[in-house]
Amino acid sequence: MIAYLTKRILMLIPLLFGITLITFAVIHLAPGEPVDMQTAMNPKVSAEARQKMREFYGLDKPLHVQYVTWLGRMARLDFGRSFAPDNRPVTDKIVERIPITLSLNVIALILEFGLAIPIGILAAVRRETLLDKGITVFVFLGFAMPTFWLALLLMYLFGVKLGWLPISGLHSLGSDQLGPIAWFWDLAKHLVLPVGIATFGSLAGLSRYMRSTMLEVIRQDYITTARAKGLSERVVIYKHALRNALLPVITLLGFSLPGLIGGSVIFETIFAIPGMGQLFYQGVMMRDYPLVMGILVIGAFLTLIGNLLADICYSMADPRIRHGRA
Amino acid sequence: MSFRNSYFYSVFWQRFRGNRFAMAGGAIVAGLFILSFLAPYITPYDPATIDAYHVLLPPSAAHWMGTDELGRDVFTRVVYGARISLKVGFVAVGIAVAIGTVVGLVAGYYGRWVDSLLMRFVDIMLCFPTFFLILAVIALLEPSIWYIMLIIGITGWMGVARLVRAEVLSIKERDYITAARSIGASNARIIFRHILPNAAAPVFVAATLGVAGAILTESALSFLGIGVQPPTPSWGNILTSGKDYLEFAWWLSLFPGVAILVTVLAYNLLGEGIRDALDPRLHR
Repeated sequence: MIAYLTKRILMLIPLLFGITLITFAVIHLAPGEPVDMQTAMNPKVSAEARQKMREFYGLDKPLHVQYVTWLGRMARLDFGRSFAPDNRPVTDKIVERIPITLSLNVIALILEFGLAIPIGILAAVRRETLLDKGITVFVFLGFAMPTFWLALLLMYLFGVKLGWLPISGLHSLGSDQLGPIAWFWDLAKHLVLPVGIATFGSLAGLSRYMRSTMLEVIRQDYITTARAKGLSERVVIYKHALRNALLPVITLLGFSLPGLIGGSVIFETIFAIPGMGQLFYQGVMMRDYPLVMGILVIGAFLTLIGNLLADICYSMADPRIRHGRA
Repeated sequence: MSFRNSYFYSVFWQRFRGNRFAMAGGAIVAGLFILSFLAPYITPYDPATIDAYHVLLPPSAAHWMGTDELGRDVFTRVVYGARISLKVGFVAVGIAVAIGTVVGLVAGYYGRWVDSLLMRFVDIMLCFPTFFLILAVIALLEPSIWYIMLIIGITGWMGVARLVRAEVLSIKERDYITAARSIGASNARIIFRHILPNAAAPVFVAATLGVAGAILTESALSFLGIGVQPPTPSWGNILTSGKDYLEFAWWLSLFPGVAILVTVLAYNLLGEGIRDALDPRLHR
């Protein structure tokens, strides 16, 4: 296990290197010097700030020197200062937003897997029944539904028409005066719509995937054997089939991370949630260059960690992987 | 050769025709193309003309989907918006398929370090949350529909590359490739004449499904105000005003969303239908 872990972590190094290289390329994608771009787009940047920027990026030096200095700062998590009026270090601005986005996405991820796995099993076990067909219709609608539109409709229904749920932010005004239980209740009500929509976004794909891996497994010989020796259908499905069908789903856990983090731009913007997605959107709208680059690197880095965790889970569940035989 | 091909297509068509959902998807896609070509003849209104006397009118016989905050006919804007969505879907996926196919062919055919290098690059690209990458690039460039198509294409080729590579790996071991090589066919000839046509089917399926994804991405970008810029109508940017007038004008939010839903659904059904018709083993 340790050998596998070491190998897996060593493999991260070229990936990390590649991520920084691409981000660096994106910075230099803009025509002319990035500093010109920023000042032209953002008149708030003074000549003095511009000179500071120039020094910060080392734009008078050759490209490879620029990259190495930039990489050095990256390693110390120094992304420079935001162009926003507060002029704070980008790292501070991002770090204070990460917990919100991360916890929202983790809740959504748990709900998503918690719902998609039983839905997929049900559809596979009751294949070709009315239930399976109903689930298929739901899956196709889920694939085609633009999440921001669903958000609008639900905001209209629950926020405007029925008035049951708040539609912006994480807390009501003056929620700090409330007792702990009321405070938590207030937070939970604010979370229903954004978390629900984040969950719905990837529910369809995951439950369809679960259905097809389950169908794959049910056809295997060892399932026939289990049935033949007289085990009950419940044991066959939940003990023998499910375990093997879950394996490929674990890999999907890692793959769904970039989608979730990327999707947070949409629902955090719509619901005015002060997370990383909203910060990123504001950065893009204000051409706050250091901020955008910082979030890009950190977003990719979080994905990398997610993939690593998924791989480790997979290798714990399936010994063939860690012994390199599959 | 031609005999085999015509047999292949007739079997394909027979299977495809038997799938009601796939046929419905295909019909909707065809209908959308006709609608967007004939847009000026279908609606008497202009998508950009402002009419201060008919602001935010609910749906009626004169305005089937009502009017927006500037008095423009929503039905007209939705029809013209179809042009944008279809164009973005087509071009963006064209770019993604072109890049993905070349990368996949080269990686799969040459193998060894070329393969490792290209596939590590794919892994790296997959680490970036695509939506973040798109937003970051758009932040640098002036918002224009051409940039949007280009960026959606450039950030969306990795799946196709993996697919093509896997196909090439299995095809290049077949006897007819060895035969072609033994009579002295060049690498380019083997790749384009013998491997590519045999790897095309799954790429075609991925492309059809990819159009659906590209349309969703464009509408999300336009909704956020960094995609197609007003006054050019796109389903996403109509929904932006829908959000602002949510309390007074539900029709602004409802119809463009339904248009996106139906279009994406149609492309998905079409793609899945083609997949099933190409490979009967997947039928279950």
